[in-house]
Formats: sequence, structure tokens, C-alpha cells
Amino acid sequence: MKFLALITSLLTGALLMYATIDFPVWGDPDSPASLHVSPRYIEKVMEETSVPNMVTAVLADYRGYDTMFETAVIFSAGIAVVMLIRRPRQ
Amino acid sequence: MIQRTENIIIRTICRILIPAIQLFGLYVIAHGHGSPGGGFQGGCILAASFILMVIALGLEETKRRFTEKLNNIFSSLGVFVYAWTGWMCLLLGANFLDYSVLSAILPADPIKARYLGMFSIEVGVGITVMAVMVSLFIDLVTGGKHGEGL
Repeated sequence: MKFLALITSLLTGALLMYATIDFPVWGDPDSPASLHVSPRYIEKVMEETSVPNMVTAVLADYRGYDTMFETAVIFSAGIAVVMLIRRPRQ
Repeated sequence: MIQRTENIIIRTICRILIPAIQLFGLYVIAHGHGSPGGGFQGGCILAASFILMVIALGLEETKRRFTEKLNNIFSSLGVFVYAWTGWMCLLLGANFLDYSVLSAILPADPIKARYLGMFSIEVGVGITVMAVMVSLFIDLVTGGKHGEGL
């Protein structure tokens, strides 16, 4: 069973490594994210959100929903550890 | 059992360090939208102060100050604060987490209301991260028994 799990994780890892070959080069100015997404945020951030800090604007405003579920994920992780491990004194 | 340390040097250093660490954590949360920082980082710094307290002063004393019940309440309170900031915007007639409309219930203009809305979600994130990190540390280090280990 352990052997099967090892094979599965190795195969998944190899698949993920293979998928990274198609990624744009690190910091490539012609990658889709640099062509459409970043300029949109850089140009419109002041008039749309009035937040002087762009990172905060993306984190708390454009992607506030994402940040909310990041918090929910941390909360669920804590609850999962409590349920699995915590055995208070009998 | 993580026991109380009787060494006066350790106790004095902790007495000086823990408030300083907690103050810095609050600073990182409060200035998270203007400078590097925010709820996640500030929450981790606050949790570090409690971890130092567990290591130096012992689990019993730490749990007297920051009880298990309070910890559980805090870990859900943060998500609650965040979600209700979003729901308040929804109830006031805008999109989820569109903070401008909060100016209707806060004594502030829309731009200031955006600031306050973002501040409240950062505080929510900070509370949850702090409580969950402390609970993870205590559970993992004692194997869940809250009395042995370390």
C-alpha cells in the first residue's frame, strides 16, 4: 500500500513538473498576465478603489473573496487538527 | 509536561519581550494596508508571543491567560468578522465586500469607509491566524494531550 502511494505521488509530481515546461519564462513581459492583468490594475487602481497601496488593493478589494476563503481555509485547518489530534485529559 | 521555568533571567526577559512582540504584531496588523504587513503576518507575530510564553512560562500558565475556550472563540471570531463585513456591504445594497457603502453606517465618507472596511477584514484575518497558530502549536507539541511533550 505504501509502495502504491509512493508511485502515485511520484507520478503526480512528474506530471506537475512536466506541466511547468509550458509556463511563460519568469518575469516575461510578454506573458498574458503582464500584458492584460497587471496594467489593468496599475492604471485603474486609484480611480476604482482609492487605495494608495496596490498590493492591498488586490488583496483586500479586487480579491477580497479570495482572502476571505484563505482565512476560512486556515480556520478549517485548525479545526481539523483539533478534531484529529486533540485528546484532552481523561 | 511543559513546566513553568523558575530561572529569573528567562522570566524577566520574557516579561520584557512578550509585550514588545505583541505591540509589534498589532503594529503590523494596523499598518498592513499602507506598508508591508497585514493580518496574516501580524497574526503570526502575535502567535509567536504566545508560543514564547508556552516555552518559557509553561503550558499551564499560558492556558490560564489564553484559555482553550477563548482560543476556539477567537479562531471562529476572525472569520465571522470578515464575513460580516462582506455581508454588511451586501445588506446595504452593494456587492459583497464593496466597502464604499459602509459610509452609511459609519461616520465617514466613502473613501474613509473603504479604509475602515479593509482594516476590519485585516483585524479578522489577524485574530483567526493568531488563534489557529497557537492552537496548532499546543496540539502538535503535546500530541493533543495538553500536558506532555516538549
